[in-house]
Amino acid sequence: MVEPNLTDESFDTAIMDETMATEVLGPEGGRPRPKQWRLYWRRLRKRPAALVGTVVFCFFLFLAVFGPWVAPYDYQKQDAKLRLDSPTVSHPFGTDQFGRDIFSRIVVGTRNIFLIGGLGTLIAVVIGTAVGLLAGYIGGMGDEVMMRLLDVLLSFPSLLLAMVLLAAAGPSSRNVVLVVALLYIPMVGRVVRSMVLDLKNKEFVEAARVRGEKRSYILFREILPNSLPPLLVEASMRFSYSIFLVASLGYLGLGVQPPSPDWGLQINEARNFFQIAPWVLLFPACVIAVLVIATSLMSDGLRQVMLPGGGRN
Amino acid sequence: MVRFILRRLGFMVLTVILASIIIFWATAVLPGDVATMVLGRYATEEAKTELRHELGLDKPVPEQYANWLGDYVRGDWGASPSMDTVVRPVVFERLRNSMMLALVAFAMYVPLGIFLGLLAALRKNTWADNLISVGSLAFIGLPEFVSGTFLIAIFSIQLGWFPSQSAIDPNASFLESFPLLILPAVTVALTSLAYVVRMTRSSTVDVLQMDYVRTANLKGLPPRRVLFVHVLRNSLLPTITVVAIGIGWLIGGLIITESLFSYPGIGRLLLFAIQRRDMVLIQATALLIVIIYVVANLLADVLYAALNPRIRYT
Amino acid sequence: MAIAIQGQVPSDGAAKAPRPVFEIEGLHIDYTTEFGVLHAARNVSLSVHEHESFGLVGESGSGKSTLAMGSIRYLASNGKVSDGSVRLNGVELLGLSPKQLRELWGSSIGVVYQSPLSALNPSIVIGKQLAEVARQHLGMDASAAKARVVEMLTKVAMPDPEAVMKRYPHQLSGGMLQRCVIAMALMTNPSLLVMDEPTTALDVTTQAVVLDLVAELKREFDSAILYITHDLGVVTKICDRVGVMYAGEFMEQAGLRELFSRPLHPYTLDLLGCVPRFDPTPEKRSLVTIPGAIPRVDELPPGCIFAPRCEFVQPACTEARPPLVEVAPEHHSACRRWPVVPVPSEYLREATEAVRASGSEARDVDILVEAKDTQVHFKAPRGVIRAVDGVDLKVAVGQTLGVVGESGSGKTTVARAIIGLTPATGGDITLRGKSLPRSTGKRPRSTLREIQMVFQNPDASLNPTRTVGDAIMRPLSLLAGVDHDEAKRRAQDLLRSVSLPVSYFDRLPHELSGGEKQRVAIARAFAAEPEFILCDEPISSLDVSVQGSLMNLLMQLQVEKHTSYLFISHDLSAVQHLADAIAVVYLGHVMEIGDATKVLAPPFHPYTEALLSAVPLPDPDVKQKPIRLGGSVPSAMYVPAGCRFHPRCPRFLGDLCANEEPPWREGEGDHRIYCHIPLDHLTHLQAETLVFGEGDSPGENA
Repeated sequence: MVEPNLTDESFDTAIMDETMATEVLGPEGGRPRPKQWRLYWRRLRKRPAALVGTVVFCFFLFLAVFGPWVAPYDYQKQDAKLRLDSPTVSHPFGTDQFGRDIFSRIVVGTRNIFLIGGLGTLIAVVIGTAVGLLAGYIGGMGDEVMMRLLDVLLSFPSLLLAMVLLAAAGPSSRNVVLVVALLYIPMVGRVVRSMVLDLKNKEFVEAARVRGEKRSYILFREILPNSLPPLLVEASMRFSYSIFLVASLGYLGLGVQPPSPDWGLQINEARNFFQIAPWVLLFPACVIAVLVIATSLMSDGLRQVMLPGGGRN
Repeated sequence: MVRFILRRLGFMVLTVILASIIIFWATAVLPGDVATMVLGRYATEEAKTELRHELGLDKPVPEQYANWLGDYVRGDWGASPSMDTVVRPVVFERLRNSMMLALVAFAMYVPLGIFLGLLAALRKNTWADNLISVGSLAFIGLPEFVSGTFLIAIFSIQLGWFPSQSAIDPNASFLESFPLLILPAVTVALTSLAYVVRMTRSSTVDVLQMDYVRTANLKGLPPRRVLFVHVLRNSLLPTITVVAIGIGWLIGGLIITESLFSYPGIGRLLLFAIQRRDMVLIQATALLIVIIYVVANLLADVLYAALNPRIRYT
Repeated sequence: MAIAIQGQVPSDGAAKAPRPVFEIEGLHIDYTTEFGVLHAARNVSLSVHEHESFGLVGESGSGKSTLAMGSIRYLASNGKVSDGSVRLNGVELLGLSPKQLRELWGSSIGVVYQSPLSALNPSIVIGKQLAEVARQHLGMDASAAKARVVEMLTKVAMPDPEAVMKRYPHQLSGGMLQRCVIAMALMTNPSLLVMDEPTTALDVTTQAVVLDLVAELKREFDSAILYITHDLGVVTKICDRVGVMYAGEFMEQAGLRELFSRPLHPYTLDLLGCVPRFDPTPEKRSLVTIPGAIPRVDELPPGCIFAPRCEFVQPACTEARPPLVEVAPEHHSACRRWPVVPVPSEYLREATEAVRASGSEARDVDILVEAKDTQVHFKAPRGVIRAVDGVDLKVAVGQTLGVVGESGSGKTTVARAIIGLTPATGGDITLRGKSLPRSTGKRPRSTLREIQMVFQNPDASLNPTRTVGDAIMRPLSLLAGVDHDEAKRRAQDLLRSVSLPVSYFDRLPHELSGGEKQRVAIARAFAAEPEFILCDEPISSLDVSVQGSLMNLLMQLQVEKHTSYLFISHDLSAVQHLADAIAVVYLGHVMEIGDATKVLAPPFHPYTEALLSAVPLPDPDVKQKPIRLGGSVPSAMYVPAGCRFHPRCPRFLGDLCANEEPPWREGEGDHRIYCHIPLDHLTHLQAETLVFGEGDSPGENA
């Protein structure tokens, strides 16, 4: 007699999580496995949302790299005759209030956002990792002090801090990069530090100490390689938030300045013509939305695929 | 427990002080000369010097800071050059408006977020969960000016249900202003909603795997009781913290949303102040926002400690 | 619809034969996983009668927990019962609706599992959690439920039930919590009590108390008990019948005595041989090793699933899977060659060999490592944690010192102090008489080469991003200064010496099983040819059969390389099997130390005595005097004055013990006991503590 398991009642909590194969097979179930990357790829394939996100992200990445060659028009070229033209075949996204081709502006703007957001994130990751490694491994007073400082930075609403700093330093692309980096160093630092603290007490690190390895060896050859998956996930999440931040700052006029084709800036400039030429605002808005969603999906997918608790969520 | 609260309180004060230093320093190095801004380009050098002296700008920076901080604590927030009025009443009026908006948003996203998060966790890996999870992931990074724009496009321009600008009348009552609040509140709520949904789902999923849920089920308790008495009590605990931290997001979201909808709130005031290089206004507004945020976090920590028996009785 | 499920003893007396309360017939349980469908339990049948306790024994992958949970239909979302029947008091469980099932669970079935702290809701007080059961299933109101809870807590020997009821789980100790969970499970006088490794997470002495409790409750309540464990010793304490499972099937089912004295399946026989016996002989013997490894349930051989590892195998065994049949009264076996299975006592002598002379005999051996008055104190906000409080240890060249203690004894901290990971705060550690720097970081490479360590958790001992070969080669190049090619050659040799195929050289840790990982860790520890290896609970987390083979490996390597071991464990059986000398530690201080034979024979320190009487031995005929310790181990911050053991000592004398530190009593050889009671007095009192079979105590036949 084949018996179905408990069926769903509306709030039934007896449905336990899936039992992982490793639990059934027990700790003696070791066998050679395919290389790690192939395993990741296999898992990613099973998650359509993450896969879609990754593909779309890669498409934007392509645009960022090859933007200026893909764009049909020079993004700065003004054409007074075609101002606020609705989308046509020659200008698929229409033109803005200066007669510039919106499609080209968006394409070139991709490079803008990737550069600024990406660079800021990269700096944050590098410095944050260094700080996290140091604080986590040294422990004691040094760790406490560093963490308190980072906590203070973390206890500001990020946009507020960014606004204040940019107001002080003056809005420019370079400053936006620095502000993004500054804002995200504490978050990356915290993540790395908690990884280090976790790993520091693992037996294989202690075995390294017992055989007299130098501190630097332990940090870079034992701890860091095992911190890479969460670090990668954190980095991609930071990047997706940086897009948010850069675009928001552009929208508020505090970030990148005209005539840069920054998407947020485009939306800001387009507000006044919303009633008569909505496409000037809508296209950049859509593009931001798509990239942000894709990056979120991708980084969440990375998290599910690379981290051990991959069966959850 | 008491020691815990005192420590957090101390940390809060430290944070606020550090924040005030950052804010003051940032405004002190503002490009642009205040005197020129206020008196105009054609004012005499004498007049400018006199104004600077009046504003205390010729004193050394640390002294200026101390004076300012002292005044601030006593409630004297100075006079704004660009608005030509005493700062405090204006700030508080704008604060009141922002609070209204925040409250409406809060009422929208907290209950809904918790409900959706729970639903997703209980129906894990079904279509409902996938929809909610992917949806929340999508909204979490969506800037408010994008979502707000879409909302305006649909509900204001296409359907005409709501006005696209929400410049409320300061003398109008809450009820009268309410229709104008809806679109901005929804805009702000969307991002925070996603955040709450994800946290609730994740902490509920964690709790559902715990042994004590298994025990509760094996005790033969009805599912509803297992859920409300055993599961929620533990899974909502982290959510409380997250909701409080989400207030930080809320504040950021407010700034952008108020700008988009021309809503006279404190975020828009800050933006205005920055654009005008109005030092006094920036200082007062920014510090107030930070204080509110830090206090909210403190309350969240205290609430969490009070509700978690492991911390309460150590 | 109420189901008549309460087990009732017939009122006309117990003259009728006990009827089966819980019956499983031909059960099949499957899991759908990323590796495909796993048949975790296949064609399983058993029956438990009222007042009877059925022990379900198996190693990992045996399916014992799956069977227990699956039979009451509590399975994960990817598990299901695909065939068979399960009946409780005659009612078929597999056809019930979820609502009926819940009712059944709550009122007729009680479940106790491994970790009591996680089994209880951390946010609700104990009293309320227990009362819930009474209110839901016994129809009681708040005050009646409260009375019932107090009644149950008293039955499980809970001190001060009223106060306990107001506590949260994190405020109680493991032993007390488990008693609460048992009280909760028995509240409705259930027909079936399922206990899944309920004492595995507890200390030996606490475990003994809980086992006593279960045995007593068995008499008082009508429940049939299904007791799951991997520990053959525990089984002898409370089970009437035993079933041995292997990779999802039953190999044998029999009454307790029959199974131990005359097993009729090679696997059972081998399992019995894998467990160390309390039998200090002049020589150290190896344990039975079962060749091969436990098969995965998705890679089972076509015939008898044990055939690949069986020494009595014949071609017919590999053709068809033998069913479980009754081959003797109340004795079932799944081996078609069951008459060939020898008697354990003969078999053990043949299948094992003498590995080396027991060190107790050697007299003039040099001392290699010594710890003198070692202290490790930690500063905490509220005081000082005296984790190690004056410990003296000596390890001789080529010999093993076993250090035994329960949680809070400080045994692991002592090891970490010796190796320098947690620097000592007082005292001296010497290697061949020369003092060592307290911290690993300050020790010269030559010293580090001489002292190495094998850790407890095989999963965390190896760097997940490093291959096996790299892990073994590293100490060779770092400590022994060997060049790359030579290191590779030696690493391959080391792999062979720990019985791992050389092909493992390029594997990553997650491609190895637990036992294999620990072998790699051992190879790594031996790589630079140290003189002294610290083993910190290296086998505790492994299966019984794997433990046996690793103990053999350690002994064999010791003979080959003449290495000394400091072997730390909570498992007294393992320690006495490997050790030449034993130290018993309690709350940071050594209570008794000396040759293994002397320590295991009277006179004992009262703590050693309690340990010996608490260790569950896999021998139904052994008599252990029930010497039980009350309370639990105090915190190392508040070490009791005088003799630190005095609050729990069953032989407490009075003010002397409470106020003055005991002297060291010298026995034969290097045997020393830290107690106020004189040795001859102890000998007199303790003659009956541990009695094997016909009345021989260990050590008398030495």
